[in-house]
Amino acid sequence: MRFMVMIKSDERTEDGVMPTEEELNAMGRYNEELVKAGVLLAGEGLHPSSKGARVKFTDGKPTVIDGPFAEAKELIAGFWLIDVKSKEEAVEWMKRIPCTDGAEVNVEIRQVFEADDFGEAYTPEQRERDEQLRLAAKKD
Amino acid sequence: MPTLETNRAIDAVWRIEAARLIAGLTRMVHDVGLAEELAQDALVAALEQWPESGVPDNPGAWLMAIAKRRAIDMFRRRETLDRKVTEIGRDMETQELPTAEPDFDAIHSNISDDLLRLVFISCHPVLSTEARVALTLRLLGGLTTEEIARAFLTPEPTIAQRIVRAKKTLAQKKVPFEVPAASELEERLASVLEVVYLVFNEGYAATGGEDWMRPALCEDAMRLGRILAELVPKEPEAHGLIALMEIQASRARARTAPDGTPVLLLDQDRSRWDQLLIRRGLAALDRAAAIGEPMGPYVLQAEIAACHARARTPEETDWPRIAALYARLVQLVPSPVIELNRAVALSMAFGPEAGLGIVDELTEIPSMQNYHLLPSVRGDLLAKLGRQEEARAEFERAASLTRNERERELLLKRAAE
Repeated sequence: MRFMVMIKSDERTEDGVMPTEEELNAMGRYNEELVKAGVLLAGEGLHPSSKGARVKFTDGKPTVIDGPFAEAKELIAGFWLIDVKSKEEAVEWMKRIPCTDGAEVNVEIRQVFEADDFGEAYTPEQRERDEQLRLAAKKD
Repeated sequence: MPTLETNRAIDAVWRIEAARLIAGLTRMVHDVGLAEELAQDALVAALEQWPESGVPDNPGAWLMAIAKRRAIDMFRRRETLDRKVTEIGRDMETQELPTAEPDFDAIHSNISDDLLRLVFISCHPVLSTEARVALTLRLLGGLTTEEIARAFLTPEPTIAQRIVRAKKTLAQKKVPFEVPAASELEERLASVLEVVYLVFNEGYAATGGEDWMRPALCEDAMRLGRILAELVPKEPEAHGLIALMEIQASRARARTAPDGTPVLLLDQDRSRWDQLLIRRGLAALDRAAAIGEPMGPYVLQAEIAACHARARTPEETDWPRIAALYARLVQLVPSPVIELNRAVALSMAFGPEAGLGIVDELTEIPSMQNYHLLPSVRGDLLAKLGRQEEARAEFERAASLTRNERERELLLKRAAE
């Protein structure tokens, strides 16, 4: 299962404040752990929204709005794409993201859609149900 | 009672920590079977305590501490018993512990070194391939016996027995916990790569609608392959293997039609190929090439897959390059099937006559007599050369040899054209 792990922006990242050397090293070590564990597919840091833009479609007509954008908390500062067995495993990896003491960091994960590898018949709901059955059988 | 969520969180921690835990413990107690038992004991402790106390901040360290304490207790009890035996002068039942002295300070050794040692011991040639696969998935993949059984459509007790016997064999043959010497490394690495690719192919062959545990084997294999490439970054074949798996996996969404029938590579909708995986595969091939050694079998197979991956349409396929790669591959792995693939590539590159000679020679080989793809290819080349009667005979022959209903239908259809 693939997950996108997103680090939310804050005032620091939006102001383009560069991370300290200590923070960079810590993050480097964390990324290395993801690679060594074989779970990292991709990961990037993003420039502040001042370098970005939005496109809004109204009645099919696009309007372009240049950054910066106000709500830092709603923006993304960086992301990873990881390949793991379960949401719980993704969460466990998220818990290991390095974070300097005193800072508040917000991380969000979302599961990536897999096209029907298993044919129309086998939906995620069925997969879930089968797993429940399997666990129930274990208890017997 | 542990809740479902806590159980799953613990499962997740296990998947992340198991291999390193077992590797570190093996280094300490000199026995991979005992190391795994100690690790399992730690897992049981986690299942008992974490639902109450929560998952600790450093779960790996917690598990290691528990396992180590248990190991120290075990060895201390044996020492006590040994002493009693000497005092009483009588045979007493002692726990089957390895004779070598445990080294509990080994925790400071490089965990990556230990992990690599664990990889090599799990794939040791003294074990059968099946045993290697089961042991590797258990110790390194963090899969439960049940998960392995489901993935390979084998009864759980069979897998359990296989793992028990594998550990016994390793202990009996006193297989050392070490990275092979340089002179043996290539051969031993080949047996590791073979195990990983076998797991991948098992998953790749699984069809839609089956237990999702089976196709998930592809991801298990790719994960193991990526871990391995990081452990032996100077080995081009390790990069070749992960490149091959990622490029093959990139086609997963294009391989089957909505009704579940397989779609041949040249007929696939390439917009459904996973470009992220292709890019990763090509990057892995770059890493292999940068090492500057002659291409090995996995690198060659990956390079062939890369030729297809780079072509935006089937018409853009670099067939001459594919033919040249097959030529190098068949020198390393003399196989008539590879020669057949080379013949196909040659004919795609230079016209049907270019491949027909090779195919004609292959028909002489006894092991190819019942291989349906041979007459199928020959029929195709003959048809392209306008030799319709001979082509028809070949397609009918191929149809009679294949056990696959759909394929027989397709071949008979071609015969009728």
